[in-house]
Amino acid sequence: MDEQPVAMNRRAFIKTTGAIAAAGALGAPAIVLGGGKRVVVVGGGTGGATAARYLKLADDGLDVTLIEPNRHYYTCYMSNEVLSGERQLDDIKQGYDRLAARGIKVVHETATGIDADKQVVKTASGVYPYDRCVVSPGVSLLYDKIAGYSEALARQLPHAWKAGAQTRLLRGQLEAMQDGGVVIIATPPKPFRCPPGPYERASQIAMYLKAAKPRSKVLILDNNQTFAKQALFMQGWERLYGFGTGNSLIEWQPGPDAAVVGVDPVDMTVETSFGDTVKGAVINLIPPQAAGKIALDAGLADASGWCPVDKKTFESTRVPGVHVIGDAAIATAMPKSAYAANNQAKVAAAAIVALLNGEAPGVPSYINTCYSIIGKDYGISVAAVYRLSADGTEIAPVAGAGGLTPQDAPAFALAREVQYAYSWYNNIVHDSFG
Amino acid sequence: MANATMAAAIAGAMIAAGPPFALAAPAADELATGKMLVDACAGCHGTDGNSAGPAMPSIAAMDPLVFVDTMTAFAHDDTYSTVMGRVARGYTQREYLLMGEYLHGIAYKPAAQAPDQTLVQKGAKLHERYCENCHEEGGKPIVEDEDYYILAGQWTPYLKYAMSDFREHRRHLPRKMGRKLDDMLAAEGAGSLNALYAFYAAYADAERDNDNDNDNDNDNDNDNESE
Repeated sequence: MDEQPVAMNRRAFIKTTGAIAAAGALGAPAIVLGGGKRVVVVGGGTGGATAARYLKLADDGLDVTLIEPNRHYYTCYMSNEVLSGERQLDDIKQGYDRLAARGIKVVHETATGIDADKQVVKTASGVYPYDRCVVSPGVSLLYDKIAGYSEALARQLPHAWKAGAQTRLLRGQLEAMQDGGVVIIATPPKPFRCPPGPYERASQIAMYLKAAKPRSKVLILDNNQTFAKQALFMQGWERLYGFGTGNSLIEWQPGPDAAVVGVDPVDMTVETSFGDTVKGAVINLIPPQAAGKIALDAGLADASGWCPVDKKTFESTRVPGVHVIGDAAIATAMPKSAYAANNQAKVAAAAIVALLNGEAPGVPSYINTCYSIIGKDYGISVAAVYRLSADGTEIAPVAGAGGLTPQDAPAFALAREVQYAYSWYNNIVHDSFG
Repeated sequence: MANATMAAAIAGAMIAAGPPFALAAPAADELATGKMLVDACAGCHGTDGNSAGPAMPSIAAMDPLVFVDTMTAFAHDDTYSTVMGRVARGYTQREYLLMGEYLHGIAYKPAAQAPDQTLVQKGAKLHERYCENCHEEGGKPIVEDEDYYILAGQWTPYLKYAMSDFREHRRHLPRKMGRKLDDMLAAEGAGSLNALYAFYAAYADAERDNDNDNDNDNDNDNDNESE
């Protein structure tokens, strides 16, 4: 068989079609068209940081302001590795210096309101006018949906669903716990931030317990009957943690019966919807969620508690000129993941640059990739490629693409997925925070 | 196998793209731009395809055709992958090409690695003797040329995965490369691969082997691919 003629055909093909492709590349938005147009980004998590960065990369002439109260952002992704001791809290700490160095104005204040008529974002000390606004507020935690729980009580019974001090608190409790204790993880009803997160957390904690406190166990009290990557998690738990045996380091109780509806911090018990009272040495209560507070306050959310958006531009369907991205947005099939927030930020940024230049937004492109680390050299993933549906209402997965790590994947592949997860982390934080 | 797939894929690409004269029709508004498509890759492969590593490879500055072939092989599972096949199946050949053309114009940033200099020097000679005929200029991107595969400045863990896939029959091993690899491993031992990895990690210039023993005598059977 001779490869040469095939190669020549391929080369001829690209020479012909490449001209079209090159023209398309040159047709991309030119630099410095913004003419001082102002974009205010509210929220400096993965979505907001990415939006600010990609706006500035697309058009250095844009006046981009990022409003975020915290000086540092601790990524939720990889925070489960802090719980097991595989990673230190500083390893998931991101800052804003590189965004500021790129010319983005970083304001460390809390956005208190958005006046869409006057096109300003308000903080305690000032107003920030915008031509376009991006809101990437993450989630609010609905403590009052669990009887007895509150933001104050979360300093004793952590949710650790926003990383940082909460992560440190939960890690400290796991370290202080005596061998033989039960670690309760109470999951929220869908939809919530990071669908596989509670199960990766159970895995990481089990890995720590197996090494340090092998008579202990993790008890997942689930609000739901099924969960993300379920079969893969369970296969991993069987292999690594004795799942399904009397000695399992992980026990899973499905919803709706197991859903936690109340908590007693004195007795260290939770109450399930079935009426059981369950005692834990450590209680990790992850409450029900809705769009972040500023989105609720600004009227961006509908009755579901989440924010409806135009799927092509992520512009709010309720408040013109304001784009909502990340966990807070209703992105149909896209999950509330870091990768989705990063991706949506780029789609929104490109649309905003086009709109500010008086052009029609281009065709969007969406991907999600999400890794979970079940144990040493044992990683799994889910991936999806999406397209805007013909009627523009859905971000629809491409049939035949995407999907999960195959069940029964060989050991070398599971080990690679851990290394890919680490590289994924390195790349996504660099891509988002600079 | 992969050749057949490749040929089929090219045929598919021609169909997907239509004949050249049809390309003049303005269909651009139905396709995402190369930049929009590639931006979606950056969460794993780095902004503009320059990876922060260490396991995810950089994809910046790739030869567009090599990019299309690589994605096609992933999509058909001719090249083993954990995630890439699942992602590659989400796009058309036309979109691969848009991505490849965009990436081709991106400046390549060699990965910052600190290989052992003794190994680098050993690897430079091995590269010159066994690899340079195809992987010219030390495996660096030759963006003004074509059919180049970037090895220099690529992340070592990625190169190790790829080499493992070649040797375990999870990725099509071109015949010439297989012979060169066998020759090198037989003559230089298994450790020679680590020297090559170090050389590529150093993003160094290719170095003539001055030992004057058997320069180029391994090249005699190189140029007759269709034997």
